[in-house]
Amino acid sequence: MSSNKFNWFKFSSPATFYPLAGKMVPWFSGIAVILIFIGLYMGFFVAPTDYKQGEGYRIIFVHVPASWMSMFIYLVMAFWAILGLVFNTRVSGMMVQALAPTGAMFTFLALWTGAFWGKPMWGTWWVWDARLTSELILFFLYIGYIALHSSIDDNRRADRASAILVLVGVVNIPIIYYSVKWWNTLHQGASVSVKSGSSMASTMLLAMLIMALGFWAYSIAVSLARVRSVILERERDTYWVSELAEIKR
Amino acid sequence: MKEFFNMGGYALYVWGSFGMTALLMLAEPLLVRSRRKATLRRVSILVRGKQAQRSASTSTNTSGDFK
Repeated sequence: MSSNKFNWFKFSSPATFYPLAGKMVPWFSGIAVILIFIGLYMGFFVAPTDYKQGEGYRIIFVHVPASWMSMFIYLVMAFWAILGLVFNTRVSGMMVQALAPTGAMFTFLALWTGAFWGKPMWGTWWVWDARLTSELILFFLYIGYIALHSSIDDNRRADRASAILVLVGVVNIPIIYYSVKWWNTLHQGASVSVKSGSSMASTMLLAMLIMALGFWAYSIAVSLARVRSVILERERDTYWVSELAEIKR
Repeated sequence: MKEFFNMGGYALYVWGSFGMTALLMLAEPLLVRSRRKATLRRVSILVRGKQAQRSASTSTNTSGDFK
């Protein structure tokens, strides 16, 4: 009976995950390029000018997708970190390692584009507001994870120690998300929410969602491409690596 | 065209945001690619070295104990 079930643990082995990731990278790269291209076109040429912020609001098409990814990638890292701690699967730690730089990059972009949006609209590049501060803490969490992982020589121990750091840091994600509700902040409330729907013009919203999906595909493509290098580095002493065509060549 | 790049006076902020995003999202895949190349080079040197060492140690093993 159990033999009929699909064995998910099969892909927790680096030897099977490595070629699978390799097959998925070009697909997600292609999807990312197409979606981001459509999103940019819609964002600049289809979406109307905002009645309050003029053309300046168009920053939203990179700011919101980058901010969503900064939080979402952290949650995906936490998911892999739990899998790694519970099942002790090797690929989990490698995925966390491969996701962190992309997550850090999107967090930096969320802060950067936020500053470039805040300056013309609020008159300042930065304020110690709840939303901005918690997002900055998220950036430090990513940096902390990367630093902690690289400071421990034994990869498996590094995985475990830094998985705990990732899980402790998860508390920051709802703080970021609800910060605009819990505190009086300069940052505006959510433009899109599950409860009340969207407060934006439909073409604006559509362009933003397409950009977000494009960033999503981009993140998958880049982290899968990166995890292949991580796998090779960490599995270099195994037989299957020595038998790979790209190694033998 | 000029009007488009002017962004209604918000040129610095709009292009500053999109520019940094484009820069990083183009640089990251390039970094990942160069890391892959470096990793492939390093690992294949290591693997080849180990194989050479293994074949050398078996061919010069005249002491009689089989490893």
